[in-house]
Amino acid sequence: MNNYADKTNEWLFEITPKNRFFALNFKEIWQYRDLLFLFVKRDIITVYKQTVLGPLWYLIQPLFTSITFTIIFNNVAGIKTGSIPPFLFNLGSIMVWNYFTSCLTGTSDTFKSNAAIFGKVYFPRIITPLSIVISNLIKFGIQFGIFVIFYIFYFFNGAKLTLNGSLFFFPVLIVIMGVLGLGLGMLISSMVTKYRDLNNLVGFGIQLLMYVSAVMYPMELIKEKLPKFGWIVQYNPLAYVIETSRYMLLDIGSISILGLIYTIVVTLVVFFVGLLVFNRTEKSFIDTV
Amino acid sequence: MREIILKAENISKQYRLGQVGTGTLSHDLNRWWHRIRGKEDPYLRIGDTNDRSKKGNSDYVWALQDINFEIEKGEVLGIIGKNGAGKSTLLKILSKVTAPTTGSIKSRGRIASLLEVGTGFNGEMTGRENIFLNGAILGMTKKEINSKLDEIIEFSGCERYIDTPVKRYSSGMTVRLAFAVAAFLDPEILVVDEVLAVGDAEFQKKAIGKMQDISRGEGRTVLFVSHNMAAVKNLCTRGVVLDNGRIVFNGDIDEAISTYLINEKSDEILINPNTYHGENCMILNTRIVNEVDLITNAMDLILGTTFVGSINKSYSITIPVFRESTLSFVATSFYKDEKINCPGEYYIECIIPKYLLNPGFHTIDISIVDETGNFEQLLYVKEALSFNVIDDNFRRGNKYNKGWGGAVSPVLEINLRKNKINHDK
Repeated sequence: MNNYADKTNEWLFEITPKNRFFALNFKEIWQYRDLLFLFVKRDIITVYKQTVLGPLWYLIQPLFTSITFTIIFNNVAGIKTGSIPPFLFNLGSIMVWNYFTSCLTGTSDTFKSNAAIFGKVYFPRIITPLSIVISNLIKFGIQFGIFVIFYIFYFFNGAKLTLNGSLFFFPVLIVIMGVLGLGLGMLISSMVTKYRDLNNLVGFGIQLLMYVSAVMYPMELIKEKLPKFGWIVQYNPLAYVIETSRYMLLDIGSISILGLIYTIVVTLVVFFVGLLVFNRTEKSFIDTV
Repeated sequence: MREIILKAENISKQYRLGQVGTGTLSHDLNRWWHRIRGKEDPYLRIGDTNDRSKKGNSDYVWALQDINFEIEKGEVLGIIGKNGAGKSTLLKILSKVTAPTTGSIKSRGRIASLLEVGTGFNGEMTGRENIFLNGAILGMTKKEINSKLDEIIEFSGCERYIDTPVKRYSSGMTVRLAFAVAAFLDPEILVVDEVLAVGDAEFQKKAIGKMQDISRGEGRTVLFVSHNMAAVKNLCTRGVVLDNGRIVFNGDIDEAISTYLINEKSDEILINPNTYHGENCMILNTRIVNEVDLITNAMDLILGTTFVGSINKSYSITIPVFRESTLSFVATSFYKDEKINCPGEYYIECIIPKYLLNPGFHTIDISIVDETGNFEQLLYVKEALSFNVIDDNFRRGNKYNKGWGGAVSPVLEINLRKNKINHDK
């Protein structure tokens, strides 16, 4: 009987109405690491199953967008990109921007699009947005490859291209971009379960955001041409990431340490708020979705 | 030694009815306003019990209220109740899909739930890839799946198709594969919804067998929800009956099943006190004479009614018996040429012999026909009585429990004789 009495106090886990204020169970996520890996695999392989071009589709979109941007913004509107070929300028920006938007759009309807699975079986919900961020990273890697190819191509065709030491910090920048997309996505996905309106907002919000994120123009340019509205770009953490990525990859523009610190702080705040809201939502979203 | 592996304390779950949309924000704000002032949630108090057929006053209902139970290690607990009694909600809370509004569940073992087979199956991926994906969703690690892969494939019986995308599978094959994955789950506590109601007869047998192995052979704790009383009886050691979100019985499985079946009588009319009037005649006090709570097919069922005729005529009574809205047979006084000679009052009894009715939901009508004229129907009572006939198979010692088709299921004589064949000849 002693044995029995002892055991009554050791519960493996408890199901309660609310999560603790901040609960991220790393042990549990680690237990489900195989699921994370399998979700990533599913995302990657199901995209190009039964297509002729397969993974090439990952390249077609940024290439054609870059060509369009080059024609419209550089040739027609006459935005100058210095010594850098405009196409390479656009390709670099778009690739980084795409990583952010694909993370954001992918994670922002986590609850809604996975309601069927989430309604039937439990696993740490955060696995799903994490898998989206990781599979997009692989997609980003493929796009980065094509960027490198074009870089070498332009280099041997006489374009003046230089590198600087900050290139080593490029992966950090990508992590920041991913975390920001994930944080914002988790925040939105949690709110979408109750207020569907947000879903509509995300689609065109991203489009508008692109114009104030220094994707198709150097950050300097907006300050010069629109001094009154330049602050919008300056307070946009995404603009710093894009601008800095061009500094790292193409050695143009500027790097602002203050701007980067600001970006990192915003990223962390967004991520933790997103995580907090996500945690609170995952317990009972199925009743409202 | 008793060891409580799972304990539910004061579990309640509230749902909001109607369209969640307009008003959500205002309710949320109101809740928040109450909370920051340290007051109780204003919407938690106004919930009604969840009786789907009655109109309630508020937009909130309690799908579950004050659920308390404990499960010992190795026990197979059956959870039974009508549609909307709260079974699925309870399972959802147990499998952590949704959180309770109040109360807590404490567990000493990993819980795996099987609320649906094939959760997360991806049509583009092959059977093999889906085994891994589905297994991982259900909480298995890659290593565990790898070690059981051959067994899973063999159990599913889909070996030939295992490297074909699942979208090319027939629906039956998908279900087989999905159940196979689930059957090899290894948790301490397994929560199973009515997943057995899938697949063909052969596979159902296999599935029930596997469930029995899991619970009996391997000493696993199982929570089982089903409408199939025979399967519940077969598998479970203890039963919990839910009604309108509350536990109305918790104990021995046989008692639980009869409690449920008595509870289920919402649309059963065993005694009909109404009087039905026809041309110069009436039917009153129609009832089942047997004094039982449960009608099984192992009893001679006696139907009784009273007929009053006021004019000088003779009548015949005819009783059509319907099983699940289909006519089974007609009992009639025509056969014996027994007439009701009026004016006068008659008590009429009809005995349905045991093992004639096929278990299921039955209704009976009563028809009164004028015998003296040209068989004109003078009175027709629709659904004078309705009752559920329970299969008494287990008393006949028969393990088969899926039920037989047909309007009736009489016990007929089948003779078996082994032929002696002389091979030398």
